[in-house]
Amino acid sequence: METLEFIFDSDPALHPAQPAALCGVVGSGNLEILVQPGEDAGLCTVRVKTSARGFGTTWQAVLGAFAATHAAGGTRIDINDMGATPAVVTLRLGQALSEYHQGGAR
Amino acid sequence: MNAPAPRAWDTQRQSRRRRLERAASQGLERRVPAERIIDLLEAVIEPGDRVCLEGNNQKQADFLAESLADCNPERIHDLSMVQSVLALASHVDLFERGLARRLDFSFSGPQGSRLARLVQDRRIEIGAIHTYLELFGRYFVDLTPNIALIAAHSADAAGNLYTGPNTEDTPVIAEATAFKSGIVIAQVNELVDAVPRVDVPADWVDFYVVAPRPNYIEPLFTRDPAQITEVQVLMAMMAIKGIYAEYGVKRLNHGIGFDTAAIELLLPTYATELGLKGKICTHWALNPHPTLIPAIESGCVESIHSFGSEVGMENYIAARPDVFFTGADGSMRSNRAFSQTAGLYACDMFIGSTLQMDLAGNSSTATLGRITGFGGAPNMGSDPHGRRHPSPAWLKAGREAGGDGAIRGRKLVVQMVETFREHMAPVFVEELDAWKLKESMGMDLPPIMIYGDDVSHIVTEEGIANLLLCRTPEEREQAIRGVAGFTPVGMARDRRQVENLRDRGIIRRPEDLGIDPRQASRDLLAARSVKDLVRWSGGLYAPPARFRNW
Repeated sequence: METLEFIFDSDPALHPAQPAALCGVVGSGNLEILVQPGEDAGLCTVRVKTSARGFGTTWQAVLGAFAATHAAGGTRIDINDMGATPAVVTLRLGQALSEYHQGGAR
Repeated sequence: MNAPAPRAWDTQRQSRRRRLERAASQGLERRVPAERIIDLLEAVIEPGDRVCLEGNNQKQADFLAESLADCNPERIHDLSMVQSVLALASHVDLFERGLARRLDFSFSGPQGSRLARLVQDRRIEIGAIHTYLELFGRYFVDLTPNIALIAAHSADAAGNLYTGPNTEDTPVIAEATAFKSGIVIAQVNELVDAVPRVDVPADWVDFYVVAPRPNYIEPLFTRDPAQITEVQVLMAMMAIKGIYAEYGVKRLNHGIGFDTAAIELLLPTYATELGLKGKICTHWALNPHPTLIPAIESGCVESIHSFGSEVGMENYIAARPDVFFTGADGSMRSNRAFSQTAGLYACDMFIGSTLQMDLAGNSSTATLGRITGFGGAPNMGSDPHGRRHPSPAWLKAGREAGGDGAIRGRKLVVQMVETFREHMAPVFVEELDAWKLKESMGMDLPPIMIYGDDVSHIVTEEGIANLLLCRTPEEREQAIRGVAGFTPVGMARDRRQVENLRDRGIIRRPEDLGIDPRQASRDLLAARSVKDLVRWSGGLYAPPARFRNW
């Protein structure tokens, strides 16, 4: 296991429809994402616990691209990863943030 | 002037007669008892012979393969094997036991590692890795077999053969051998009074043997819908909306894999909601993929011609003769040579997956330490420059590549890949492993499955790159980097150039196609399990045991 911590600038998120949103499952090639309110409205803080060591640069790039293209400021995101590919991570992040905003509209 | 020395013009026929006489002198007749098969093989095969041992994707001449491998290498040696698929352990045993020396083939799948070791130990000479059509073509030019060892389902007393739905390579092998004074030996599962239909006529067949057990058949094209991921659904949505719909692709071939299975399962749902029923995917060169059942049942599909059959699909096919090619007996007639020709010349699109792609778009499934070949993909996944007949999809692609004055169309050759494979192996690479394989195996050329200049589109989770519209190698490289996601190749993109390509429609993101990735749900799949497929088929599809998990 490896734990990684990141902080990104991001546009402030819309007011959450619910205090926390949980998306995905911890299974091989998949991941679980928990989105909760953070402290600073202009920052997105992310903590990743992953079974695959040595992919810090890739996480930085995937999460950085997400924070830059989504209004994710003022959130704290916790990720439990079991070797998901960047494609799955990106898809799941979009789903989790959407659920956080819309309260499980999906 | 001296007259030229008289020469015999029938040496091959004389050789054939001598071989048949040797068999007759041992009391062997047309029907050979299974326990005397080695006597027959040792009587008719000579050292140095060119032998075609029928290996297909589905049915295998496994009893004849094992029997040949058990022959005495002091009597039979230096054989040159010419066979499309090298799938069984016994196929490789021939080389390890010193019976065979040279190999010309198309695909070796599961035996790829053993084959690579034999090459490195210099115990095998590889003539070449062919496409199927190339190898079949050479059967009639410079690789004509002296001996063909083939598989069929049943024979009658005269030796007429019935192959069942897996006709596959049998007719082309038998024809090349029988009409050039070769000897054709068939293994069958059973002897019957009258075969349901004649797939190979008795006068092309010299000997047949009822094998002690039915020939092995591999369910190679069955994909369990339960394993299709949301990312594959997303890519399938992009392919349907951004390629199938825009070019109006009606005639096509799909590769083997979950990416294209996802497309098949979106035809009755997502594609139909887009109003595409009847406008795309009506005519196919394709094995009977179980994942196509919902599209067939929904009326999306008009016709399918197949290379071979698929285990469990027999009753379903027999009940849908308007869609599949079937014989008077009701069962399917497949034919690899004809279906490959159809896929090459009569289809407007090939779409399939790969393991690696470089910055020129060359792709390969070859990995270090394995020599596998590529099966059907190289013929399907190439633009046939000799094609003449137009179609809207072919003309549109041709104009994109060559401008409005283009004098020929283009086939759509689409590679569909998630940017990373399992264990975070990047699909997009600076250099294919094929180059290292070329060095370590002493090959003339790197084993490339689909040449970059044949590729028209690349679909990844990040978007679609249209390579037809690229005008320079640099644009092409950036178009590929621009859909390569977070792989090192993708991260090394020139962001400004990629945005420019996006403005010109060369790269398109899901949002450019009006697709919200969050909509990519497995709920869109017309079937989400093998059991769903059985239900769609009205109980006619009978999946093999390993796919029954309910």
